[in-house]
Amino acid sequence: MSQGQIGAELRLVTPGMAIGPLSGKRVGSGALAQNEQIIATRLGWVREMNNTVSVDPINAAYMPRSGDLIIATVAEVRNNLWFMDINGPFQGLLPMSLAPWKVEFGAARQHMGVGDSVMARVQEVDECHNVVLTMKGVGLRRINEGAILSVPVNHVERIRGNNNETLLRLREICDCRIMVGDNGKVLVDGSAEGISWARSAIKLAGNSGHKQTFSADLSALEKSAPKRGDA
Amino acid sequence: MGGYGDVKLLRDDGLRLDGRKIDEMRPIEIEAGILPGADGSAWVKHGLNIAVAAVYGPMEAHPRKIQRQDRCVIDVRYNMAPFSTSDRIRPGYNRRSREISKVTAEALESVVICERYPRSKIRVEIEILSAEAGTRCVGITAASVALADAGIPMRDLLVGVASGKVEDIVVLDLDKAEDNYGQADLPVGILPNTGEIAFLQMDGDLSPDEFNLAMEYNFKAAAEIHEIMVDALKRRYEGGEN
Repeated sequence: MSQGQIGAELRLVTPGMAIGPLSGKRVGSGALAQNEQIIATRLGWVREMNNTVSVDPINAAYMPRSGDLIIATVAEVRNNLWFMDINGPFQGLLPMSLAPWKVEFGAARQHMGVGDSVMARVQEVDECHNVVLTMKGVGLRRINEGAILSVPVNHVERIRGNNNETLLRLREICDCRIMVGDNGKVLVDGSAEGISWARSAIKLAGNSGHKQTFSADLSALEKSAPKRGDA
Repeated sequence: MGGYGDVKLLRDDGLRLDGRKIDEMRPIEIEAGILPGADGSAWVKHGLNIAVAAVYGPMEAHPRKIQRQDRCVIDVRYNMAPFSTSDRIRPGYNRRSREISKVTAEALESVVICERYPRSKIRVEIEILSAEAGTRCVGITAASVALADAGIPMRDLLVGVASGKVEDIVVLDLDKAEDNYGQADLPVGILPNTGEIAFLQMDGDLSPDEFNLAMEYNFKAAAEIHEIMVDALKRRYEGGEN
């Protein structure tokens, strides 16, 4: 995953806008080179790092990468595999051989049906954007309880914070188990009050995660958090 | 198309019936991100036209037979609300909305970097809430802002703008009377930064000189609309940071 907007300079660009002359610089994501100029292709903030100019998009679809931890939902079931909605442009494929259970051919529906959610990892993404998921690994499982919330993919890093410090703070405040998927899906499990507060915090991240006031807004929201032991 | 000889569309002082100069646009306002449920959205008011555009996706293209292995599909649905004109429009798809949906999709395909999302679909919904004249241009402008708001990679913003001819004079941005009783209409989709044309239609007759003048007006107006589009997108995210 990208490291969010950390280190980006304060310059908002729109598609087609000239960022500056190419002059030996490399062009990163969200930009292209045209007539010796670097042109933005996305709405976002310009970032220049290691002689590479890129645009950190404000909104972006989730692009799966090998190794990503995601929260996916079953979209279709076949005899020997599941098609998973991974909150991206492509569906993921979970073959029965990569499920954590011993699945007989034709018995996939007995383990998971349409609408069930899982924690999975992206095993492989090929050049045709075929995405293979796996549920073999520590912590990868079917989700049986808790609430699944959504957050813009580019704000995932804001929820996590540096060295997961924001995420740990959220867990501490609402006394809930919070798992943040790289695909912008967040699993919150705990008391009803805790989930309710976490929902507000995640909504705040979605609406103002790109703003300078995010940390202050989160601190203000912290005052309305349920006191530990209330539930 | 010779127009309607008995309808006067220009005043004696050379201005148009609504008081505009011949190269003056109707006022335009744009807001980005007005629909919380959509991945990207925009609202455009251009004269008495009001359009809302919503973008969903990119998502898995269904049915699978519409998937393209090397690029995404842009699925545009342009629709005029039944209350958008004084005569009630029968709800649902009709021949006109199908045509406009198709040309809009083709225009957007030339600016969106479709190769980025093979086998996917980007759904663009354009709803005309109030119609005066030039709704396809307003729809294209709204869709372009909504696509940028959704974070879809694009080569440039696409601006829809139109010129035409009334009483043998080329004018910019036709209003309803000019559209109905004028001699020609030339809607175009322009990429303002590169000066490329993504779509062009012409209804009526224009001489080469008139055509060139109409295109000159269109490019000038496109630059103005582009600034308003950029401003709308920046306004939505002002206060953004590091």
